Amino acid sequence: MVSAQVTFSEISPSEFFYRNRDLAGFGNPARALYMASRELVENSLDACETAGILPQIYTKITPLDPNESTDPRAYVLRVQDNGPGIEPKHAPNAFGRVFYGSKFKLRQARGMFGMGGTMAILYGQITTNKPVKITTSVDGKKFYSLTMLIEIQENKPSILSEETMEGEGNTGTSVEITLQGDHLRSSQKIADYFRQTALVSPYANITYVDPLGRLSFYSRATESMPPPPQETKPHPHGIDVEAMRRLVRDSDEKTIQKLLIENFHRVGERTALKFLEFAKFDPQANPKSLTNEEIVKIVDAMHKFGDQEGKQIQDERRVEKFLAPDASCLSPLGEEILRAGIQKELQPEFLATEIRPPSAYSGFPFIVEVGLAYGGKFLQEGRRLFRFANRIPLLYDEANDVAWKVLNEGIDWKNYKIPENAPVAIITHVCSTKVPYKTVGKEYLADRPELERELKNATREVLRQLKTYLSRKGSMEMVKRKLNIYGKYLPLIARFAQELSQANRPPRYRGLIGEQAQAEGAEEKVEATAEGQIVEQKQEEEKQSKLEEFANV
Amino acid sequence: MKSSQTSKKEELKATLKEIGKKVYSDLDQKKFPEVAFPSRSVRNIVYDNKLKQYILGQNTVTRSAGNIKHIRPFTQLFWLAYFANKLVSESKTSTLRDVFYSSQAFDVDFVDQPESDEIITDLEAVISRPREDFNIYPEERSAIFGDVTIEYTVPGYEGKTLNLSSHPDGYLIGPSLSTAEFRDTSAEMIIAIEKGGLFTRFVEEKVHSRYKSIIIDTAGQAPRSTRYMLRRLNRELKLPVYILTDGDVYGEHIAMVIISGSVGAAHLRELTVSDAKWIGVWGSDIIKYKLPTIPMTEIDIKRIYELKKDPRYKGGIWQKELDVFLKLKRKSELEAFSKFGLTTITDKYLPEKLEEAKSL
Repeated sequence: MVSAQVTFSEISPSEFFYRNRDLAGFGNPARALYMASRELVENSLDACETAGILPQIYTKITPLDPNESTDPRAYVLRVQDNGPGIEPKHAPNAFGRVFYGSKFKLRQARGMFGMGGTMAILYGQITTNKPVKITTSVDGKKFYSLTMLIEIQENKPSILSEETMEGEGNTGTSVEITLQGDHLRSSQKIADYFRQTALVSPYANITYVDPLGRLSFYSRATESMPPPPQETKPHPHGIDVEAMRRLVRDSDEKTIQKLLIENFHRVGERTALKFLEFAKFDPQANPKSLTNEEIVKIVDAMHKFGDQEGKQIQDERRVEKFLAPDASCLSPLGEEILRAGIQKELQPEFLATEIRPPSAYSGFPFIVEVGLAYGGKFLQEGRRLFRFANRIPLLYDEANDVAWKVLNEGIDWKNYKIPENAPVAIITHVCSTKVPYKTVGKEYLADRPELERELKNATREVLRQLKTYLSRKGSMEMVKRKLNIYGKYLPLIARFAQELSQANRPPRYRGLIGEQAQAEGAEEKVEATAEGQIVEQKQEEEKQSKLEEFANV
Repeated sequence: MKSSQTSKKEELKATLKEIGKKVYSDLDQKKFPEVAFPSRSVRNIVYDNKLKQYILGQNTVTRSAGNIKHIRPFTQLFWLAYFANKLVSESKTSTLRDVFYSSQAFDVDFVDQPESDEIITDLEAVISRPREDFNIYPEERSAIFGDVTIEYTVPGYEGKTLNLSSHPDGYLIGPSLSTAEFRDTSAEMIIAIEKGGLFTRFVEEKVHSRYKSIIIDTAGQAPRSTRYMLRRLNRELKLPVYILTDGDVYGEHIAMVIISGSVGAAHLRELTVSDAKWIGVWGSDIIKYKLPTIPMTEIDIKRIYELKKDPRYKGGIWQKELDVFLKLKRKSELEAFSKFGLTTITDKYLPEKLEEAKSL
């Protein structure tokens, strides 16, 4: 028998991520180039939006060695924004350390804890051994530049050089990393990413220069930006044991009741008392005295409070429970921005949107927004789905996403009389303090029943609007077709009649065409456009018949 | 004086002009033109005891250019009127198939030939004249032989005459014969025979001179131009018409259509020879002459039951012979007489039947 000796050693968060980089989406050079670009772009967008600045993002990817032409190879990725900038003293840590520790506050954000940017830097460093270059300015006058590496095992920045320059310019931050990438195999995804980001953030100017020097510019279509998301306390339904344990450890409150009131959303004095009565805890007990088992018990009770009682005691006027989380901390796009984005990027023939009222799952508030685009310049035949969560495009694993499930299994398209291969795009946006991703890859959403229900309702609403539009359009086309048919056959009849009767001029029948289509159109309640055409046509006919009369004099 | 053919042509042109004028004035008054004609639906086909043929009843259909569903057939019908007028004016002929292709120069959108055939029948119904009157002929042709002199009216042949016994294979009953005037004949009867083979035999055996007859090959069910020719010979030359067919239900019906017309031509007159006589082969002849037979099929028997209910088959020998066929459940053909010698049919059977016909 062989005996194995196992040694345990602590690793830093940086090292943990380094070892598990594929979990974060840096598994191969193609995926990594895409991931690094989007992480940096998302950091920039978040920074601008939080500061209420209309974003202006510039991204450029260039091959490190222009003579090398086979992928994968080293690329220089630079992302520059017009955000608020970072104070020089915070800059090294903001980019050079994977944060950890207690985080009790929740906020709707693209990324979590700013980890993605650091991951991108880390990935670049381990694949090319090149430092990251950061330039930032908080006032547009002093520009702070920094070159640094990350000490992986110690999880801290190692500054190689830094300098401050004076000048005239804007606030903002520029991050440049060198990383191993595969543009050949990721160019499509990166292009999709920028286009879809432009769709969901139409208030941003986004420029992207790819390694071949091709520039894509997505210009701002609206000046209005969603209000920045607010921080909020966790809702009791959404807390887990570990978070509770940290909370108890870090809190200075002297009683459990006070601890609950201070740290939880939707817990006031009365609710705290009622809950603790339900959970069979003494409200005045010191939180520090709670054992592990008791913490587990209290979290368990939080998840159950209000649930079972409601069913048993039906005559009680008000069932004790935690109110659903307040969604005012969220920042949905809203109809105006969603429409502007879809209009700008898809230029559809028809556009509908539906913003659902806030809802919640497991104590996390969320809002579903759905847009529908039909026809127009860019949409090809067939259904397309564009998924967004907290304003980031989700590009991978579409078929596993709850929105895909809703679209393809939850909805009977026949009910909406939309042809199988109609050029339709459905745009779904879910914003939440915690988006229910199914995996750490953050590419698709879990099929939470609450989320599924909201997506389904919203999608149905936009489909109903499309159905109305199509049926209206159908009857207008019917009128048009009728006009065409009369326009085609009546002149023939006139010609044959003239020949048979040996008349010396064609009969003056032209008014008939318009009248007929109008009469039939009125039957079908068709609106102004078709009639407008008819009016035009009539004028044309009057001119025509006058000319004919002249000719006959 | 104008010949009958020329005046017919002028009448037709006038009719078409009238229709054109009406549509023209409707259009000129910004009214949607309409055309009404008798409905040819099965429910509107009734038997007229006086005329002894099927006719169309009182129901009419109105086709209006103002109806989105009608405008295309209306245009097609009107194109056809225009086209017919041109054919007649320019003394040109056309065929059903030809019409279909001619239409394509005018964008009137016939989907297929059956559709254009249908419109041709519509025009027949509108003006109550067979398509042959406006120079549209079917593809199938039958033949005529005998001592009758005709004078052509077709362009290039006007005034030319021809004796129809000059060529032993007979003459096709086509547009130029159909429109020719009869000038002279020594014949005293017409013998219409169902089959080309026997037509040749009859010519060889000089049936035309021995029985002073004009022989016509109907080539199965007589085409309308042939029925029209039979009627003209019957009316204009006052010659009786005798019909010889196979000894089966279909043969009997060939004779009946010559006499009383078909359901499909219920909208037309002047295609029947109501005093024509079917002289055989009857069911009772099969027994009498001990003709070789073959068994009938299910379909044959079903057809007998159908015709037994047909008003055209009321009275006379018609029901009687259907019953004989039904009893026999066997059928025979004209060629069956060859069993007794090639000339038996002309030497023995024909004179006996002609004699018998006098009592019909």
